[in-house]
Amino acid sequence: MPMLEVRDLHVAFPQGKTDEVEALRGVDLHLSKGERLGVVGESGAGKSMLAFAILNLIAEPGRVSDGEIIFHGQNLLDLSEREIRRIRGNRISMIFQDPMVTLNPVLTIGTQMMETLRAHRRISDAEARRLCIEKLKEVSIPSADSRMEAYPHELSGGLRQRVVIAIALLTDPELIIADEPTTALDVTIQAEIMALILKLCREKDVALILITHDLGVVAEVTERIMIMYAGKCVEEGPTRQIIDAPRHPYTYGLLRALPQKVGRGQRLYQIPGSMPPITALPSGCAYHPRCERVTDRCRREIPELGDGTACFSPLTPVEAAS
Amino acid sequence: MITWRGVLSRFLGDPVAIGAGVVLLVLVLMAVFAPLLAPQNPYDLMQIDIMDSEMPPAWRAGGDERFLLGTDTQGRGVLSTIMYGTGISLLIGAGAVVVQAVLGITLGLIAGYRGGWVDAFLMRLADIQMSLSTLMIAIIVLAIFSAGFDANTYADYAIFMLILIIGVAEWPKFARTVRSSVLGEKNKEYVDAARVIGLPPRRIMWGHILPNTLTPVLVISTIQVAEAIMTEAALSFLGLGMPVDRPSLGSLIRSGFEFIFSGSWWITFYPAMVLIALVLALNLLGDWMRDVLNPKLRRGED
Amino acid sequence: MHIIAFLIRRAVQAVIVMFVISLIGFSIQDNLGDPLRELVGQSVSEADREALRDELGLNDPFLVQYARFLGNAVQGDLGTSYFFKRPALDVILDKFPATFELVLGATFIFVGLSIPGGIYCAIHRDSWLTRIIMTGSIIGISVPVFLTAIMLVWLFGVELGWLPAFGRGDTVELPWGWDTGLLTLDGWAHLVLPSIALSSIMLPLFIRLIRAEMMETMGTDYVRFARAKGLSTARVRYVHAFRNTLLPVVTVGGLMIGTLIAYTILTETVFQWPGMGFLFLEAVNRVDTPLIIAYIIVVGLIFVVVNTIVDFVYTLINPMVKLPGAKA
Repeated sequence: MPMLEVRDLHVAFPQGKTDEVEALRGVDLHLSKGERLGVVGESGAGKSMLAFAILNLIAEPGRVSDGEIIFHGQNLLDLSEREIRRIRGNRISMIFQDPMVTLNPVLTIGTQMMETLRAHRRISDAEARRLCIEKLKEVSIPSADSRMEAYPHELSGGLRQRVVIAIALLTDPELIIADEPTTALDVTIQAEIMALILKLCREKDVALILITHDLGVVAEVTERIMIMYAGKCVEEGPTRQIIDAPRHPYTYGLLRALPQKVGRGQRLYQIPGSMPPITALPSGCAYHPRCERVTDRCRREIPELGDGTACFSPLTPVEAAS
Repeated sequence: MITWRGVLSRFLGDPVAIGAGVVLLVLVLMAVFAPLLAPQNPYDLMQIDIMDSEMPPAWRAGGDERFLLGTDTQGRGVLSTIMYGTGISLLIGAGAVVVQAVLGITLGLIAGYRGGWVDAFLMRLADIQMSLSTLMIAIIVLAIFSAGFDANTYADYAIFMLILIIGVAEWPKFARTVRSSVLGEKNKEYVDAARVIGLPPRRIMWGHILPNTLTPVLVISTIQVAEAIMTEAALSFLGLGMPVDRPSLGSLIRSGFEFIFSGSWWITFYPAMVLIALVLALNLLGDWMRDVLNPKLRRGED
Repeated sequence: MHIIAFLIRRAVQAVIVMFVISLIGFSIQDNLGDPLRELVGQSVSEADREALRDELGLNDPFLVQYARFLGNAVQGDLGTSYFFKRPALDVILDKFPATFELVLGATFIFVGLSIPGGIYCAIHRDSWLTRIIMTGSIIGISVPVFLTAIMLVWLFGVELGWLPAFGRGDTVELPWGWDTGLLTLDGWAHLVLPSIALSSIMLPLFIRLIRAEMMETMGTDYVRFARAKGLSTARVRYVHAFRNTLLPVVTVGGLMIGTLIAYTILTETVFQWPGMGFLFLEAVNRVDTPLIIAYIIVVGLIFVVVNTIVDFVYTLINPMVKLPGAKA
């Protein structure tokens, strides 16, 4: 049985007085213990929405309108606020995108760490402090002791993200959801932070959902990949298989757009057009206006995710290899 | 994109906005046509009889049908003084806001367009002036003014002084708003284009940038008229504003205030209600306009 | 270390502000008041007047006179009130406790109500109570302070007769000469209506401000992260969101000091509250120039001191801002 299973998840936002639009249009996901999954897509695809929905943190006025989120056999959507709080930050932690705005500017690092521990454990101040410093050391923060009294603005972006990672690890969670954890950072330290997350997850056998727009990053870190487009999963499978033999034209397009795939002097590929806003989705497959392999059926019917890809005319392995 | 048609249809769909608009329109018309509509002319001593003083509203015992809302201590009809007084309050409110707008827009444009030390200096000045409070500045200046001149001179110039002081003291609000819109507009293409074809900075500022900052200016103007009317009323209530023989709503409230306790409540009550209605209508319209035209502007930052 | 640098810098600023105010005060004295009017009657001959002017130094050059004025002012001598025949500063300071207690009462009311009110309206955006509070607040903003005061006097003071509407009631003099109304029941009863009146315009303004700022901080990433850490709702709201809401509120609070002082004049006038504002208005009507100047200088001083305190508080609650001037 998987540790986490998301079934047919829908998230809706009100539009006008009576209407609603869907930001997630039925997403499925499963994750075993210690497994690392990459969720990939352009911005606006609903990746972050999925992350927040799992912890029931969708911002008002949005809401989960349908579906189930089963964590260890229990539907998280059935839990009361008090009950889900015992899971948030304890058994499932999150790492946010921009460390410059993730930490509260008026509270010390120490306060923001200790409060997390105290929300979930009955421990003494001294013991909490010891644990926090230990975690800060684990994420390689120099002079961890004195950082406890520091305020976020006194730390660089890279250090702040290390603090956020330390907070996520404090309670020894089973799952960490990392939402674009390196996008807001300096290019030079992106790899460092990603390597740190990977190392810690491996060491502690923590499962990871890595949300990113960068297929290159997930290729190195995760075991499985899920490609999202306009609020739906369009392709899903083992990382190697997706990278080597993509079947959905969108995945293929994303791969072609990777700088690594382009030879010297060649022009960087870009998928034509842009993702439609959730308020103005086209009929049929949401990707069809941008798709090179579009058929009449794509314009009429919405393809379902069967057999790993949601496409009426998927690429063959030979085509994908070219 | 905001169209005037869109604004109109939202206006017609909002009962609060319609209500505020109607109240404001009625009060403005009443004030503008006071000489035609008012039962008496309260400035004309021939029409005033001290024997008529402190008569209650017409429908109460001792009332007189000539004076619908009763009379004040000098025998002037309260309805008539309100109609004329509303005009004076509106005149000062609008006049002060014109001064504010001219000063504030000019300085805001310069600060935003020039930038650098000019901007830093003007904004620092604005900060200091805001923290001093318009009412406090006005009270002190008018106190000195009234101590320095005899009562008649003071009465003659009071209306100009009020417009000038409230106008000068409140320029920072316009300046800040215009400045921030200028900063937003400054680097847009059409400004660049104007610069490239060699238009002088002044032409660019007034002819190209200013029209694009008018929406927030319109919103602020409405709320500022309300504030100016309140400030004027407070000053007149303290006896530092309009004299009793040319009363604004504030001076009317002042003149009746002492007589509430002897039972003549109507001298204060009706001008007070009109003042509240006027300010409330302006505030509601200002809030409504801000929500419709520019959701980013927020009250309370000042 | 930082505190000393901060205090020095504020002291310099204060000196500049007070210098400007003293210049204003002096030019008022120079142009308005005629000290001779007070000292001698109309019957004294022109030659005698001129001799007296020389003796008093009124014919000295501007700078000499100003230096003398400043010298006296620094020693606490702001002239003698024409009406009270006592040092103007003493007359003003006698009235300070009354105004201070009024402001204290009003601050208590509007801070005590606007914080829970603003937070409630930010959290329960669409509840019926929020609608009532928000509608009430725009009406509250539109009613001038003096009208609120008049209505309170009329309703509770005159019609219902529940509370005294004029003056301070019984006061007790504390050993250091401070006249307090807070030690007698009668004093408390007298304080109620004026305090409500004075707070009436601040309250809706602050409710709206706190609501807007709280709504903004509730939408920030760090508040979301605090929730993602599994913290209790109370901790997320009051430790994470509200602490940050306070920053702009304190700033605006500092900007409102001048307005609050101006409103004390209005409130004291309606309630005949024997404070500095009421005294000032009487002085204006009597053209008691030394008293007018003394008031302006004292108010200027209060303004500078309170602003310094607000700045100081701001740096205490905002770790991102070092004390101004402490950078070096």
